[in-house]
Parts: sequence; structure tokens; C-alpha cells
Amino acid sequence: MQTHQFDCLIVGAGGAGLMAALHASKGTKTAVLSKLYPTRSHTGAALGGIGAALGNLEEDRWEWHAFDTIKGGDYLTDQDAADILAREAIDAVIDLEHMGLPFDRTEDGKISQRRFGGHTNNETGKPVRRACHAADRTGHMILQTLYQQCIKNNVNFFDEFHVVDLIKNGDRYAGVAAINIDTGELHLFQGKAIIFATGGWGKVWEVTSNAHSLTGDGAAICFRRGVPMEDMEFYQFHPTGLYPTGFLITEAVRGEGGVLLNGRGERFMEKYAPKIKDLASRDVVSRAIYTELKEGNGIKGQRYVHLDVTPATVNRYLAEAGETRRIDEHFIESKLAETVDQGRTYAGVDPVREPMPIQPTAHYAMGGIPTNNDGSVIADAQNTPIPGLYAAGECACVSVHGANRLGTNSLVDLVVFGRRAGIHANDYVKQAEFVPLPPDAGKEIEAELKRIRISSGKTRPAILRARMQTTMMDNVGVFREKPNMEKALDTLRELKESFKKDLTVDDRGSRFNTDVLEAWELGCLLDIAEVTAISALNRQESRGGHARDDFPKRDDVNWLKHTLAHLQPDGQITIDYKPVVILKYQPKERVY
Amino acid sequence: MEVTLRIRRFNPEKDKKAYWGEYVLKDCGPTNRVLELLHRVKWEQDGTLTLRRSCAQGICGSDAMRIDGRNRLACKVLLLEYGDVEKIKIQIEPILGLPVIKDMVNDTPAPVNSEGAPRERLQSIADRERFDDTTKCILCACCTTSCPSFWANGQYVGPAAIVQAHRFIFDTRDQALQERLDIMADADSVWRCRTVYNCTPACPRGIQVTRAIGEVKLAILKGGR
Repeated sequence: MQTHQFDCLIVGAGGAGLMAALHASKGTKTAVLSKLYPTRSHTGAALGGIGAALGNLEEDRWEWHAFDTIKGGDYLTDQDAADILAREAIDAVIDLEHMGLPFDRTEDGKISQRRFGGHTNNETGKPVRRACHAADRTGHMILQTLYQQCIKNNVNFFDEFHVVDLIKNGDRYAGVAAINIDTGELHLFQGKAIIFATGGWGKVWEVTSNAHSLTGDGAAICFRRGVPMEDMEFYQFHPTGLYPTGFLITEAVRGEGGVLLNGRGERFMEKYAPKIKDLASRDVVSRAIYTELKEGNGIKGQRYVHLDVTPATVNRYLAEAGETRRIDEHFIESKLAETVDQGRTYAGVDPVREPMPIQPTAHYAMGGIPTNNDGSVIADAQNTPIPGLYAAGECACVSVHGANRLGTNSLVDLVVFGRRAGIHANDYVKQAEFVPLPPDAGKEIEAELKRIRISSGKTRPAILRARMQTTMMDNVGVFREKPNMEKALDTLRELKESFKKDLTVDDRGSRFNTDVLEAWELGCLLDIAEVTAISALNRQESRGGHARDDFPKRDDVNWLKHTLAHLQPDGQITIDYKPVVILKYQPKERVY
Repeated sequence: MEVTLRIRRFNPEKDKKAYWGEYVLKDCGPTNRVLELLHRVKWEQDGTLTLRRSCAQGICGSDAMRIDGRNRLACKVLLLEYGDVEKIKIQIEPILGLPVIKDMVNDTPAPVNSEGAPRERLQSIADRERFDDTTKCILCACCTTSCPSFWANGQYVGPAAIVQAHRFIFDTRDQALQERLDIMADADSVWRCRTVYNCTPACPRGIQVTRAIGEVKLAILKGGR
């Protein structure tokens, strides 16, 4: 096995990984490992904008952004983290502009901003223009800009190196093991600091906006190596996935005036969120859609509703609301170019002229690897940091998103906490020593990959994956109840058993063996699905993205706390809890 | 409908040279994408079929391949293109001009990048619009590997690199204009373009690639943007 040594190792090259890399690499030897080319990362699919209270178009304050984040998170958000997010968002956006990010502009040349769900003027309760955007390809531009900066600053990249294990020596973390996908060789990377920035795990569910590569590898690796998982029951279903693929239609469509309509042509969000209607939090809108579908109000009895951003409809509702603004076809074509292209390509629908068919789609993990505000991974309910181990972005749980993330805050999270993790790791490696690699480093994962490669059972990974995805969609989705989740757990355990005992793959070679790597990723998904279902079954209340039919109310007396799930050596998962940081805002009922 | 995929196969550990494999898929529908069909082959019939893919929605640029002779992203080609017929045959091969590692996987050179508190710097809407088109690039290499000048001479930086340069050359905030123009004026750069126009229809993002190259040529001649 080839061995490499770097002060700082960054796993994942999306927004959080690249932001961390820019800061971690200053004066240190830093390497970024990614199973993709960096620009293929899923940050590039983020569309609508990055929230920051610049106040370029109307009055705004970072304190409002912080409160909106806390309320959006249904009060499970740690309030110190929300303050950091909202305050540092402003610097981060200015920083990105100076790195060359081509934001859209206002008439007076400033960064243009638009409305997004849950972002409000706290005095009037009305939506505020807070999302800074580059057309509807803001994530693409963030990814490109950060990658360009990394190239300029000579960051070391190991592209298509798939990290498959975290190496421990006693209680300390010493490095990672990674497959060079091209050759199939396992490499060991020793590092004083390791930053996980591997993104989410939407592929646990059947309908998802996520890329095929979002299989939760980083979280699963950490979990298997003794790191707890925080708040895994909180997974966001974005209300507007294109039907039937589940591709994301950005919330910016509603930010620009688009409305949701049911089979009877009613703007049903008026019933569920009378004040901000279609721009309520995502969990609220997704549940409203599911409720409409259950009541038979889908379009032509099908499992979807309409999202209408045609100028005629938008202008009608703008006029009703007493607003002077009007939009035309050119506006939609330019401000929502990606959306228009997606509708035309994938649904055969022209969003400029007709409504789009949409359904909720698995989108974003609020939970994940628990960290403090510096990106340090924590080991327990007392917030004890693990030396040298960091996480940032979607795979991490700060927790800034609480029980439900607001639109635009994922991009804010990437740049704010990616930067913090990078800066903190940079400080750390300057005074820390390397932890020696143990003599058997990489042996266990090497054996597991070999087991998969020569497996000769009867079940293809694709069959197991499809069953996991349907059982999670049906039983651990938007609405949940005890018997269904128990059923899901039984199925998952059966699938894990098949994965261990009855797997088969076709490709027995070494080079570019995606057959084996996809199977290995399935193992990660199964672990993540199990801890999600266990955490969800355990939490007997409804809060944010976790809605239980059998416990429909939020219960602050018993459940205003973070879940920490631990994997025990015998394979059992146990749960304990960590308090929520409450500062200025006492929990209140959440009304939009 | 029934689809037959004729796929250019090559496994460096087994094959001396590439060959064509045929795979028949039943029960396909008009909204199926070629990427889904390739996945069906991989997941149901032959796990050794190897390709890059990630987002499956045309934004990551991983699955550029030559589909019926044209450079496309497999996730953006729907069967509806082939009309309402019972049987379809689709030919799929790796993009040209780059060494093949395995099946659809090319050895892609790291994409060429020319790069680039207080408050934000100001920029007018018109100045921002000037380079909007080239900001759409996802570095998928569809343009470069459809270019006969690139096929003939691998030293040529190719359309994708020029698109990246354009994005900065026409950004009024950029401070390295002359340096960029000098690089673009190099013998293996923009003048290798013979305006064949293959790159423009090959772009899955609809970027007017040949036009951007022309604008860079003009900027070099004018000595400014």
C-alpha cells in the first residue's frame, strides 16, 4: 500500500471541502481527496441563492436571518451557531464576490437579492429579499469559483480517490484509506487533521434530488469508527421535485412569484400558511402537498400538484397582493434559466407557458456528524472535541439547521462552516504531531473490498438498493408512524444480512471497478438508513422535518434536545441526548 | 418500446482492443434517459459496464459521451428524441480525442482553468450580462472532444479552455486581462480554432462556444475587451 503524509486531509471537494481547503492549506501541506472531479460535486446543483442580510434591495438585518433560521429549524437549532451563520454569511458573500463569483446585479451595481422560503422581515413578517444569486446557478458558480481559487493557490488534489475508511490508532484518528479508482489500488493517507466534507445521502430514498454519488460515505465511515450521529431523524423533503424524476425545482421559482396549485386550481398554501403562503418553510409546504394528495387533490388524481410560474398566473397573484411588480417571459427565461431548461428537457413542459408537475423529493440531511462551531467533531453529549477530526457542510451537524433547513442556508453553511473548519484545522496542525499509522492500517477495508469483489451470492446490489429506497420512501418519509418504521427496520436488517451473505457483482477486475464501489456505497447507505430509522422511531414528537402521525405535536418538555446515536462494538445502536443551545429565543409555536 | 444499445466496450485488463457490445432493454418509455438505460444494463445485465456519472440532471458534466455520433450528456438525452416507434437502436461510444481508460471512461486532463471585507465591487447589469453565457460551462469536455483541430493536435488548448478564459476576459472586475490575452494569443491557443462550429451544437449547456472564441480573437486583435 502506498502511503502519503499531509498535515491536513480534506475528504470531499464540494463547496465545504474547497472552502476548507483554501483556508487549511495556508502554510501547510494539504490534500483534497474526492471520488469525483471537484467540479462534479453536487454543490453545483444548488440553484436559487445564498442567504445573507446585505440589505441591498430593502432593509434587512443579520439578527433577522438568525431568528428565521432558528424558527425554520423548529427551535432545535443551536442559537449560538445560528448567530454565527447569519453574521458571517455577510462576510462570506462579499468574500466570494472578491474571489470573482459572478453574482447578478441590481440597477446600482450591487449584488442582486431575491426572496426565499422562510426568510422574513421580522417586524412585518413579510418575505425579505435576502438570497444573493447568480441566475439560478448559484451553487455552480460557487463551486467553479472556489475550484478556480484552489487551482490558483496550488491546493493538492487527489481526484477520483474514493475514501473508504478512517484509520484509528487506539483512540486517536491517524488518517484515511482511499482507493485510486483508476488503478484499484488502496492508498493510506496520514494526516494530523482530517476534514470530512462528503455531503449528504439522498440516495437512501426512492425519490430524491440528490446525485448518484450522494451515498453518505463520510458519515458512514465516521459512524463505523466510533463517531456518534446527531439528529439523523431530521431529513428534509423539498416540496418541489419535478414529477416523476424528483429533480429539484428551485424555491427561487416561488421566490420570484410562482405558486402551488392543486387539481382544483386552488392556491392551497393559503390554507396552510396564510401569511407567507407558498414561501413557508419547506417541511410545512411538503406536508401540505402530501395532505392535498391524500385528500385526492392531486392533478387529475395523480401523485403530483402544479407549480405555476407563467407570467399570467404570477401577475394575477401579484396584483391580488397589491404589489406593483409584474413579470414577463424574458424575466423567467433569464432569472430561472436552469429551471426552464430542466422543465423542457425532463418533463416535456415549458415553464414559461405551462405549470410544472411537482412532488416532494428527498433533499437534505439536517443531521450528521456532530461538530462544534469550529467544525471540530464532538464525541459525546458533553461536546468533547475529538482532536484532529473535523466535518463541514451537509455531512456535518453543527446544528445550525435544527429540525428543518431554510432555503439558501445550505450554501451559507458550506462557506461559513467550511471556512471555520479550514481555519481551525490550520491552527491545529501547526502545533499537533502525527498519530502513527498502526501496522494493520487499511487491512480491514482491503479485506471487505475483496469480499465484495469476489462475492458469489445471488443478489445484485441494485436489487437491495431499490428495496431500501422504496421501504424508506414509504415508511420513513414525509409522514411517519411507529408500525411503519418498525417494518422499515425489519426490512433494512434483512437487506443488511443479504449484503453480507448473498451479494454478487460482475466486475472482478481492479481498474475503474465501479461495480464494487457502488456495492460498497450501498453498505454505507444501509448503515445510514438504519440509524435514520432508529432515530426517527425513537423521537416521539413532530418537529420540523420529522412528522409523526402518532405524535402530531411538538413536545418541548420531553424532546427539546438533540439525538446522538452511537454504534456499539456489538453492532447495536444506542441513543443519548445533547441539550439545545437556547439564547435569545424561547421556543414558540411556529406559524407562517 | 424496446431499445438496443450498441456500446463501445473496452476493459484494459482483458481486451487487446475495443469491441461493440449489444444490449437489449424491454419496457422503455419516452421519458427514459440514456443514462438510465446504461444503468439498467449495468445493474440488471452486466456490472462491468463502466461510466462516470453523478448528478444525472445535466449540471455536473460527468457523463459526456458520443451518442449516435454526437457529443452529449447521457442524462440529457431522452428517448422522445427518437420519436414514437417500437424499436430503437442507439450507438454509444466514449468521446474522441482522449485516451480511453475503460468503456466510457476517458483519461480526462484536469480542466484548464485561467483564474481569476469591505463591500462588494460594483458591476453594472450590462457588464455582468457581457460574460453570462460562458459562466454556464460545466467542464464536461463535449466541445473540446468534438473539435477536429483538437483531434488533429492535442496541444491545442481547445474550446473549453477558451470558454473559461472568455468568462474572465469579459468580466470587468478581472485584473489580469493582458496576461490572459497573451496566453490566448499563443500558437496553441485561440488561433488553432478554424471555426468548424462542432463545439457549439455539442455544448449541453447551450453556450455559444464558437461565438465566444471569436470574441476572444477580436479582443486579442483590439488589445482589450
